Amino acid sequence: MSERLDNRQFELLSAATAATLIAHVSHLPLWLWLPLAILLPLRAWTRRQGTQKFGAWIRLPLTVLLLVLVLVNFGNVFGREPGSVLGCGLLGLKLLEAERVRDARVALGFAAFVLMSALLFAQTLLFSVALGGVLILLIAAIASLQPAPLPQRRTLRAQITLGAVLLGAGLPLAAASFVLVPRLGAPMWGSPGNDAVARTGLSDSMAPGALTNLLIDDSPAFRVQFDAAPPAPQQRYFRTLVLWDFDGTTWTRAPRFSQPEKAEAQGALFDYAITLEPTDQRWLPALDLPWSTVQDGTRIGTDHSVVSTTPVTQPRRYRLQSATRYTLAATLTGAQRERALALPDGFDPKTRALAERWRAEGRDDAAVAQAALDLFHASFTYTLSPPALGRDSIDDFLFGTQKGFCEHYASAFVVLMRAAGIPARVVTGYQGGWWNGSGDYLLVRQSDAHAWAETWMSGHGWQRVDPTAAVSPSRIELGAAAANGNPGWEQADWLRTLRNQFDFANRLWTESIIRFDALRQKSMLTPFGISDANQGDLLLVLSGVLGVTMLLATIWAMRSGAGSNGDRLDRAWSQLGRRLAGSGLGARANEGPLDWLQRLRTSAPTLAAQLEPLVDDYAALRYGDGAPSPDRVAAFAGAVRRWRLRSLVKKPA
Amino acid sequence: MRSTALADLRIRLLAAAERRLPALTRLRRAEALPIRLDRRRIYVLPSGFGVAFALLLFVMLLGALNYGNNPALLLTCLLAAAAGASLFFGFRALSGLVLEQAHADEAHAGEPFPIRLRFAAGPRARASLRLRRGEANTAFALPPNTRHEVEVNVTDAQRGWFRPGRMRLWTEYPLGLFHLWSWLHPDAAFLIYPAVESPAPPLPVGDGRLGEQMNAGSSEEHAGLRDYRTSDPSRLIAWKASVRHDTLLVRDVERRSGEALTLDYFGLHGIDIEARIRRLTAWVLAAEAQQRSYRLRLPHETIGSGLGTQQRQACLRALALLPGPDDGGPT
Repeated sequence: MSERLDNRQFELLSAATAATLIAHVSHLPLWLWLPLAILLPLRAWTRRQGTQKFGAWIRLPLTVLLLVLVLVNFGNVFGREPGSVLGCGLLGLKLLEAERVRDARVALGFAAFVLMSALLFAQTLLFSVALGGVLILLIAAIASLQPAPLPQRRTLRAQITLGAVLLGAGLPLAAASFVLVPRLGAPMWGSPGNDAVARTGLSDSMAPGALTNLLIDDSPAFRVQFDAAPPAPQQRYFRTLVLWDFDGTTWTRAPRFSQPEKAEAQGALFDYAITLEPTDQRWLPALDLPWSTVQDGTRIGTDHSVVSTTPVTQPRRYRLQSATRYTLAATLTGAQRERALALPDGFDPKTRALAERWRAEGRDDAAVAQAALDLFHASFTYTLSPPALGRDSIDDFLFGTQKGFCEHYASAFVVLMRAAGIPARVVTGYQGGWWNGSGDYLLVRQSDAHAWAETWMSGHGWQRVDPTAAVSPSRIELGAAAANGNPGWEQADWLRTLRNQFDFANRLWTESIIRFDALRQKSMLTPFGISDANQGDLLLVLSGVLGVTMLLATIWAMRSGAGSNGDRLDRAWSQLGRRLAGSGLGARANEGPLDWLQRLRTSAPTLAAQLEPLVDDYAALRYGDGAPSPDRVAAFAGAVRRWRLRSLVKKPA
Repeated sequence: MRSTALADLRIRLLAAAERRLPALTRLRRAEALPIRLDRRRIYVLPSGFGVAFALLLFVMLLGALNYGNNPALLLTCLLAAAAGASLFFGFRALSGLVLEQAHADEAHAGEPFPIRLRFAAGPRARASLRLRRGEANTAFALPPNTRHEVEVNVTDAQRGWFRPGRMRLWTEYPLGLFHLWSWLHPDAAFLIYPAVESPAPPLPVGDGRLGEQMNAGSSEEHAGLRDYRTSDPSRLIAWKASVRHDTLLVRDVERRSGEALTLDYFGLHGIDIEARIRRLTAWVLAAEAQQRSYRLRLPHETIGSGLGTQQRQACLRALALLPGPDDGGPT
């Protein structure tokens, strides 16, 4: 059972293992991937030279070293990061000793697991599709472990084809299982991505690019259920953090003020509950502006951001009341005003000059704010991949690149306002969301993260201003690029179209695969009369689908090989009969081939002479000794195809 | 009371099972060739690797669900579905395969003895099949629409009729997760000639047994006479016998000339039956090698005299089928 691996088997094993490791390479530490990159090719080379494997004297110390390094670097071996590093290391070490079929099986099974864990780090469409390719390689490598005495089965191509065919054959079942396997409402152990870096969510500071990771992350941030009708889409601002202090690059929070800002609600209040995904942080998003909390463990801060008393490490549900029309802080304390006007010295001189010019032109606060929005509206572009900014980041943005997304606009706007003497601050949170009509809830993703500004104007208090809206978010990149003129190669039309189409595919992937959660699953069976599918229903349907798939597969497997030689021979023969049927000279139902020929000899001798070789051939194949050989059957079928009815009437010479 | 009811139920279940699944009992008996593999006789169990793989898939499933990671779940589902699909590929590798013939060349006991089993693939390729007889596995594969002879080496065959018995045709194609097998028990028997004594003593002297032969008794007249041929000299005509039989008979000079070697079972006193048989076998082969006409005398028959393939085969066959000491044969 445990034969030595031949070269082809070892090559496939190495390729599958290497591909699995490469899937992890982006987050492997240098001390791991560099040795692996040296050891694995070395192993392949020495094996070609005939050396069996690396002895235990080298593998054992390496294993111990790996464990020690993981422990030293991560403190433990569990969790996503240390676990994957350990897994990759062990997989590499396994390849060093893999010499027999049994080793290869262990290695490949483990590789499948390691491959899956790569998806904990990235889930984009491209990466997932690439991993699908690695999966084919993996299956091919497992398949190659079967003895295959035929040389044509041993080619790399045949093996990979087999892997792809197997994967393809399983596709319907895989899709059904994927859709129907009941999702867990809450994790059974740990919490997804225990590591500090793993969590996505708003942080308590805003540096350039801080939101970029969020904006491309389509994982859910929270879900909102309103007791009554939801607010209008343009009112769906979820306030999370208020940032006061700017040091030239980064916005940070201010310490608690002694006096909370007083708020007055105007108009209807919204009662709602938010289910927040774990963030490991203490701040909680709330519809702007949170009015009161209903639950223990949450309180409203002095700047009307909602804070939890404990970090949110598990999905957290809390109830709030908010007012979308309000007056916040009709008066400012001296400390607040001072903080809301502070700008770092020695930064962004051009921006300050611009604001001062606006003031010098005699505009009032509202006019200055409008001037800033008009400026953005005139020539700025919304893009998620803006060019890098220099030291004077606001100057560079306003007078240079003019490309960016919410955080750039909010930041630049607030700096402009402060420079013009208007108290202003940055608010981060989420905006928008996806209304799930069947579930009656608003789903807000990390990608809905947003930053906007608040300006204080006497008589109105703090008011929300969203400078990004001035750039028209719907005009993302596409319409603006042409206006920029002088498009580079990366702006070429076909490439942009391709990128947009790919973006669509990516979004589809995100929507249908990554974002397929317990809630969507529940409502999935609605067309079949199950409005609120519980786990039992899902399992029942899954078993049904499994059963039907098995049945279909069984029918397929049992289908005896149609298209065998005999059938092919008869098909060719009946084809000949059909071609003569029109002339009335075809074989009758009660005639064997030879009888038919005999009849033709008297009624149509010319035809009989033409047909004779074919009939003889058929008789020999059909009634001769043994089963007809495929070559001869093919030759006969070809002869029938080529056979043409020549003129029955001889032309006079 | 309860135990009898249970026993009753068990018997009824078994009877029902046998009615429904004749393969359960049928495959213990020899079957006439050709044997075609179909679903009634293909069995499947997960292999050890398959069980381990299922465990791995379960762990992957738990991990993907726990982390709420849908791409990981999809990957797990894909791998699991491919593993499941492999079962049907494996089934197709066996189903429809036909064992057409079983034959073997001449062989002596103790020599490695290849049985040739001819399989017809049918329209499908059979990429990786294995045939197990006893402990020995033979791997083979068949391209579509071909026939292929698989040699199964038997080393422990005794002289006499050899029946290959039940063989297991199995495959773990394509991924090694499922062990699929079927029993082949062809109704075929191969004659194994006795082992050859080596080194064997030289051939006995040609006419050593001639006197005995002449004294063999009253049948001598018939044994030593044959029909007259025109070329026969008149002095050889046995007149008395000719009168009696109303036709001309001549004395058969050749058979009595003493040139024919007699390999006599009874001439080998003092060694056991199997040893005698081995020696006689060796002598038959030696006589053939030296191109000397010979006659083989055995307890119930005398073969020959003669020379050539037919004579050799007849002698070896008779020796192979001679009852052994356990069968109550002559001592």
